[in-house]
Amino acid sequence: MKLPHYHMIAWLLLAIACLMSLLFGAGSIGPDSALGLLMGNDDPEARFVIMELRLPRLVVGLVTGLALGVAGALLQTLTRNPLAEPGLLGVSAGSAFAVTLAILLGATTASLTTLISQLGALAGCALVIAATRMQGVGQDPVRLVLAGATLTGLLLSLSSLVMLIDQRAADEIRFWVTGSVAGRSWDQLLATLPSMILAGLIIVAVVRPLASLALGEKVAMGLGHHPGLIRLAVILAVALLVGGATALAGPLAFVGLVVPFVARGFGGADIRKTLWLCLPLGPALIVSADTVSRLLVAPSEMPLGVITAIIGAPVLMIIIRSRRIPTL
Amino acid sequence: MTQLPPFVSSGQSPLAARKLAMAHGSYQVIPDLDLELPAGKVTAIVGPNGCGKSTLLNGLARIHKPRHGSVILSGKDIHRLPARDVAQKLALLPQENSAPEGLTVSDLVRFGRHPHQSWLSQWSGEDQRALDNALTAADVLDLADRPLDTLSGGQRQRAWIAMSVAQQTPLLLLDEPTSALDLGHQIEVFELIRTLSREGKTIAMVVHDIVGACRYADHIVAMNNGRIIGEGIPQHIITPELIRDLYGVYCDVIPDPGSGNPVLVNFRQNPTG
Repeated sequence: MKLPHYHMIAWLLLAIACLMSLLFGAGSIGPDSALGLLMGNDDPEARFVIMELRLPRLVVGLVTGLALGVAGALLQTLTRNPLAEPGLLGVSAGSAFAVTLAILLGATTASLTTLISQLGALAGCALVIAATRMQGVGQDPVRLVLAGATLTGLLLSLSSLVMLIDQRAADEIRFWVTGSVAGRSWDQLLATLPSMILAGLIIVAVVRPLASLALGEKVAMGLGHHPGLIRLAVILAVALLVGGATALAGPLAFVGLVVPFVARGFGGADIRKTLWLCLPLGPALIVSADTVSRLLVAPSEMPLGVITAIIGAPVLMIIIRSRRIPTL
Repeated sequence: MTQLPPFVSSGQSPLAARKLAMAHGSYQVIPDLDLELPAGKVTAIVGPNGCGKSTLLNGLARIHKPRHGSVILSGKDIHRLPARDVAQKLALLPQENSAPEGLTVSDLVRFGRHPHQSWLSQWSGEDQRALDNALTAADVLDLADRPLDTLSGGQRQRAWIAMSVAQQTPLLLLDEPTSALDLGHQIEVFELIRTLSREGKTIAMVVHDIVGACRYADHIVAMNNGRIIGEGIPQHIITPELIRDLYGVYCDVIPDPGSGNPVLVNFRQNPTG
């Protein structure tokens, strides 16, 4: 397959982001000894920092960025709304609330948390779809986001309420709820992997019919597709991806907005081209945002969710302020 | 009311409706309708707003399920056939289409190959030939790389028709293909439809423009209140009485000096004047 040059640039950006993430921050070794280890010097301290602190963090960032970027692109095509982002529409918040409840009730295993998180995301998706069916909301991209913001606010307040009830749960929840890829174990990562692969398979099967849905429901049916089944499959994939990402890194807003927005800027509106570009761009955004979060206020760290919001909010304003919100 | 001949099945029609009843919720739009599209001809379905002509087209295209009766696609009940099989025999162009911003003509026409592909099979040589043929047939080859939103209304409609042509179906159904187009673009689209029919396609189109229907259709189906009140070749069925029954207006019908097709003139609200 012949890929346009911006694909090369996107993958190059990702490679640089990964390297930076291994070289800087999180752990008391400098870039020189980190680089030394990568070159083959066996320094036990450097080995510990890289293998136990930075590498898991990098991989969590890769998975989270991939999941959120792809989920955003899918949700935007499905609702034909460029502002439809899991974090803004309450999908992530649904997932976060479900996890908060689960922690309060004593759920500890990573696979259980992941499943609960995905069920919460599924409920969030169902609410989004219900909202798009409401008179006036579905047709107006900005109103859908307002509805989502209301839902997000409500769910996050409820999560805070839960934290007031139980001090032990609160400590566990607090850092997670602002979004972070730090301190995740390989177990937590492995727990999300099966569902991420399942989501990937669903996407491969559904991407062509989904693209035709962008031409309208009747056109899709005329081409032999089943719009109801396509929607169901896409919602399931989004729930698996967002739920998995949220279980890992907490509710991260704006990633699913920024990544597809940039991808569409290069590749055009076709969902297949957008998805191909989201593959490197999503992880590149999260991994570099995470590296920045370690360096800005070193030796402490900024929550990753704050960095993504700082990047994402202006993009949201650019899209809304553009004279006409492009239809998808 | 024009007297209908008793319904006789010739068994030759590629697409037919049998005792078809269609409804929107509890509101019955079409109570009981029989129709056979003549093979290889252009059929125009005409009638006033809300007469059920678009509902009929959606029923024929398998978009909506009938309340009763059936739609027969080459001898088989269309609702018992897989969607993909239907899409290989019948292409539909709905009214008011929209495409994602920046989608090019050739991107759009490629979608027409979906019924012939599966997620395992990639773009084949046959797909490429069908794409080239469709672009040529609809005369949009020069526009292939242009985004749809930069085209004129007529060009855009020809691109959508090219997508249906790429589907390589013997049947083509169009819902108001010329509404929202100015006269020049209407003629452009009508001429394309006629050319496609000469090449062997069976075409049915819902049209508002009765004048265009008289000129470009081989067969006219006139509907009012969900029933067919007149059906046949334009010269036979287009009469001042039919126009009055359809639209509640009076007019005179004269033959076109060139083709002999009926031409409607002197529209008025009252019988005299």
